[in-house]
Amino acid sequence: MPKPHIAAPESDAAIRVRALESILAEKGLIDPKAIDALVDTYENKVGPRNGAKVVARAWVDPAYKERLLKDATAAIKEFGFSGLQGEDMVVVENTPEVHNLVVCTLCSCYPWPTLGLPPVWYKAAPYRARAMSDPRGVLQEFGTELDEKVEVRTWDTTAELRYLVLPERPAGTEKLSEDELAALVTRDSMIGVAKVNSSAA
Amino acid sequence: MNGIHDLGGMHGLGPISPEKNEPVFHEEWEKRAFRLFASTFVFAGYTIDEFRHAIEKLEPAHYLESSYYEHWLHAFEETLSKRGIVTREELDARVAKLKKEDH
Repeated sequence: MPKPHIAAPESDAAIRVRALESILAEKGLIDPKAIDALVDTYENKVGPRNGAKVVARAWVDPAYKERLLKDATAAIKEFGFSGLQGEDMVVVENTPEVHNLVVCTLCSCYPWPTLGLPPVWYKAAPYRARAMSDPRGVLQEFGTELDEKVEVRTWDTTAELRYLVLPERPAGTEKLSEDELAALVTRDSMIGVAKVNSSAA
Repeated sequence: MNGIHDLGGMHGLGPISPEKNEPVFHEEWEKRAFRLFASTFVFAGYTIDEFRHAIEKLEPAHYLESSYYEHWLHAFEETLSKRGIVTREELDARVAKLKKEDH
């Protein structure tokens, strides 16, 4: 049975943010309206669809893939994806022998221009604690089982450098267009906690 | 700096529990906190490193219990008060005033 909507009392954090905002606005330091566009960008425009386009291009265009693995920052910028939290990018390629996983153990560093803002689990303690020490256990929690022979490499993001996983192109997708391929690529597959399936987007 | 934020290898923190179809922001105030990050950055002239360092200085238990955007909020308060842009007293007084207005 759905609960009736009762407005919860405003949390301390919410009040503190509002207090800070109002003081800064009074001092003329912020113009809340002027920066709404930025919030809109990260809430609605920039997200994993960007990274998916990069991945799909690498799958269909070997020359692009070569550029991407050699200088990811420049190759990603060909799409116009660059800037804050994506200044220095490295793309790591999954193969039948190697599976890559990305974490930021110290913080929550994440490639914003290609994946948007990070999900809560990526920023929370359990993932950060175990991605490096128990990557296979972590992958299992995401329903990802790897053959024992596959080598797992975990990459710990630094403040300056961000990783993006180039997942394996699934079998049976030879006839799909670049756009159709991009639709298959998930956020989780580009962090490395999942593989790309040929059916589910 | 070696502190609670250095989580790699730690045991006993529970399952990862990813959320399906997670929204970019879970609450309105998180969106406002994100907006503050973008703007305070410019006029207060701090670096990401200073911002992160402020988060790393959080009291360890609070660090683990609080959410990402609460960490950010703490960093705003720290960096802005350090520069005298918004003092602790000023902020506490405004918080008290807003709480009173809401009742």
